[in-house]
This record gives sequence, C-alpha cells and structure tokens, in this order.
Amino acid sequence: MATRSDAEIAARGYAFSELMVAAAAREIADGEIVFVGMRLPMLAFLVARRTHAPHAVGLFENGVIRETPSPELLYTMADPPNLRGATQCGQMLDVMGLLQQGRVNAGFLGAAEVDRFGNLNTTWGRRNRETQRLPGSGGACDIACLARRTIVLLVHDRARLCERVSHVTSPGYGSGNGWRHAQGLPDFSGPSAVITTLGVLRFGADGEAYLASVHPGVSVEEVLANTGWTLRVGDELVETIPPDEQELAVMRELDPNHFWTR
Amino acid sequence: MALESKLTTMREAMARHVPSGSMVLMGAQLEQMIPFAAGHELIRQGRRDLTLVGPISDILFDQMIGAGCVSRVMAAWIGNVSAGVGYCFRRAAERAIPHRLDVVDYSNFTVALALHAGALGVPFMPTYSTLGSDLLKKNGNLREFSSPVSEERLVAVRALRPDVAILHVQRSDAHGNAHIWGSLGVAVDGARAARKVIILAEEIVEPDVIASDPNRTLVPGFLVAAVVHAPWGAHPSPVQGYYNRDHAFFSEYHEQTRELAHFEEWLTRWVLRPAGREEYLNLLGAARVEGLGVKNHAFSAAADFGY
Repeated sequence: MATRSDAEIAARGYAFSELMVAAAAREIADGEIVFVGMRLPMLAFLVARRTHAPHAVGLFENGVIRETPSPELLYTMADPPNLRGATQCGQMLDVMGLLQQGRVNAGFLGAAEVDRFGNLNTTWGRRNRETQRLPGSGGACDIACLARRTIVLLVHDRARLCERVSHVTSPGYGSGNGWRHAQGLPDFSGPSAVITTLGVLRFGADGEAYLASVHPGVSVEEVLANTGWTLRVGDELVETIPPDEQELAVMRELDPNHFWTR
Repeated sequence: MALESKLTTMREAMARHVPSGSMVLMGAQLEQMIPFAAGHELIRQGRRDLTLVGPISDILFDQMIGAGCVSRVMAAWIGNVSAGVGYCFRRAAERAIPHRLDVVDYSNFTVALALHAGALGVPFMPTYSTLGSDLLKKNGNLREFSSPVSEERLVAVRALRPDVAILHVQRSDAHGNAHIWGSLGVAVDGARAARKVIILAEEIVEPDVIASDPNRTLVPGFLVAAVVHAPWGAHPSPVQGYYNRDHAFFSEYHEQTRELAHFEEWLTRWVLRPAGREEYLNLLGAARVEGLGVKNHAFSAAADFGY
C-alpha cells in the first residue's frame, strides 16, 4: 500500500503500512466476529488473533468461517490454506446473512476514495484528471451497509480523501445527520474509523469525520494539507501508538517478503 | 438402472450449450475453481454478445471482455484479485475497446440474492444492502420498496436465471452428480437458478463414489446438461485438494496485459494458439505444473451413512 522505504524503516523500526496494520488490529476486540477482507486487513485480523484477540472469528465472503489463523500467507480469501482447518466452509449467503442480522461487529475495507462523511468509492476513480473504471464493490457495499463498525484503510492524499466521492459504491454517513436512518440502513451500522498512511479519522455524532490521531512524525498540518476538505481536529487528538515488537514479529512472520506491507 | 452419460468434450459442450447471446454464470466459487478452460474454449470458438454473471471472476472475465466475447457484465467486482485492476475491463468500460461494454454493478450479496431468488423460483429477494448507494440508483435490477409486513424500506433484488452455469468441481459422475468442497460461494444457488448446468470435473468417478457422501453432492445430475473431464481446467485458480493457486500467473497477466498490443500477444500465446488444455499445460511446463500440486494432503474423516 504505502511505499516501503528502507531508510524510513531503519529510522522508525517499522513502515507506515505496518503501523496501519497494527492500528487496524486494535480495532478488533477479543471474541468479535469480523468480516476480514484481504491485503492489510487480512494481516490485521491475524495480528489481532495472535495478540490481544485470540477468540476473534473471521468471516470471508466465499462462505468460509475461521477461528484459527490460516497456516500460510493468503493472496485471496479462497486460497487453499484458508479452507483447510476452517470452522465452516459454507455459502456466501450464510456469512452475508450473519452480516445482515447485525452479528458482524467489524468489517474492513479498502477504497480508492473516501469523503468527509465516510462514503466510499471503488467504482469510478479520478487520476490525473482522467476517469478510471475501478473493479467495483465486491462485498464492500454490503459490509458498509450492514457491519456494526466499518473500518477503512487507504493511502492519505487530497485526491483520495475528498470532499464528496464521485460515486457512492459503499455508503458511509451520506450527507450526515441522520442520513443512514433516512435511507433505511440498520441503526446499528456505519463507518467507525479511517486508518490512513498519516493518521486515524473517526466520526462525530453528526456523521462527519474528524482527526483522532496522527502517526508518529506526522504533523496535523501535514494531514490537513493532504485532505481534500477542511478536516476537523478532535479535541482529544493523540499520537497513533506504533506497532510493538510482538505485532511486528507476527506480521513479518506472516508476510516475510512484505507482499502486503511493502 | 444405468444413468445416461453426459460426458462430452469441452469443444462440444461449449458449441452445443453456450451460443452467442447467452447469459453465462462463471466464477461462482469466487477465487477457486474458476472455469478458465471453458472460457478459453468460448474465446477460441469466437463467441460474441455474452452476458457474464458472477460475484467476482478474478481474471477470467477480463480475458473474455478483452477477447471481444462480452457485451454485458453483471458482477460485483471485475479485476485481478491479487494484482489489482483488470486492464481489458478498464479499456472496455472507459474506451469501448474492443467494443462497448454494458456494466451492471452489483455487490457480492446482491449477486447471491439474485441467484437465490432464481433458485427459489420467486421474482426477487429483499435486503437492506445497497440502500443509499449508487449501485441502487444505477442498477435497474435493484428496486426500493416498502415492506408489506413491517415499517421498513428494503431493496428488492430481481431474480437472475442465467441460460447456463459453468461450474468447475472436484469430481462428478458421468450423469453430472457433482461433489464440491471448500470454497462454495454462490455455486449451489447458481446451479439451481440456471436453466442449464455444465460441469467441468477434475475427476470423473463412479456413481457410487458420489452416492457415498450425498451431503457433498451440491449439484444433482438431473440439472446438468453436459459433463466434461477437465483436469487442471481451473488453472491459474486453485482447486482444493487438487492444485494450488498460481499466484505468479496472475501477476504476470497483470504486467503483460497493461497495453492492448501486449494483451493480444498474451491471448494468442495462452488461448488462441493452444488447441486445448493439454497444449496449454505443455506451454506452462511440467515443472510449474508439478510445483502447484498438493504437497500435504488432508483428507476429511469418513462419515458413516450406515443404518
């Protein structure tokens, strides 16, 4: 996700992508049911399981439910190691049904764009003034609509964190202030955190994002300058806790060649 | 009573059951058991104007779009799961290359519900998913309605009945009774929603093997129109218990299809020139094929169906 510079890692002892994985892992409480996704969230789930949340349960859109970490690094959720030793290999509707019932505590998503109300776009992107067709929702819209908490991970720049997404693939708080309820979305659901390469955003009661923490070595000004709207700064702004040795050891063991954390 | 054999060749199965203009379900098991061998045969036979249906397809939909077989795609995600975007899909959606592509955006859940409605024989299934999204605004098969039994708004997901579902499975008998295990995705509903099913099997086994474990029979043979023995037919996607995912192949495809001319070279090399799967595997090379094989078998415990 973020560019992995050897100098940066030597100076800090970790890459920002590894910090993001650790921050994402801490969003999972022990015993929670989690819609895992792939890439950095997959690593985050495994880190959580191996550290503070040994009883977290992972759900995958192909129908797989896992209570033990996959024995090998996964490139996709349907890789054979993710099925061996699974709790259940069911159908997509089985796990989506749990999601719709409100039994999924947290779902992790990536996005091309996120806006000030946490709406996500993974359908039509803008790069260098060109409109680009992106792969689409996958299960992202379902998770954003139905998970109790949605946690988003993405690179922080002004194009990606924009005032208003050009296409709402996955709804956040819409235009704020009761919008989700008015749409008919379940009251238990909605975005909870946006973890970027610079900091962590959370959402106020009005549905608008605010800066809740900045990563070590990052200034608030840098975050604001790289955000496409006037981002509110939380009253209790903190510095993101860096990954500890145990968390780094787990993610480097699981992804020794930094396929996901490069 | 001997059941009718539906065994046929890939060429014959595609020629007979998947004409141009068909709505075809592929990639029902998500990143596993993607029917690449069938897709490649459809490309070689010059199929046109297909509607592809599936939750995701990894790179198969991208290849078929690039080869000009597809006029519409109804899916949740089209790209290259481990490497990123699908360049053929992008060229078609952005610049109508090789021709215009109608993209009907779904989410995974709404694809599953559309097939579930088809499998149940009802016009729609209700859900809260997609409320407030642009998917709901733009996809005419997703319609908001008021619940007749509660004070809620919901989305009606219109049933889909594909003309044909092409499913790659671990094993099947000659009648089409098929065992699938591992990544199921939407395969069970997909087989029932479709008007016809084509089974591509790693192994063709005797009917008593299938009958020994009927919980694993996810497709009953009477729904099946044709059975093809297709070992390694899902490569580069994996088949649980048979071979692993060829991750490098997906990365190479990503690198080698960025430019249109390079995609055309890729297509000639891997799809148009090999007459069938045997030549494709020769091209892949024995060492690579061997390397993808299952290294540690893990057999399930036997279930006792005795009484």
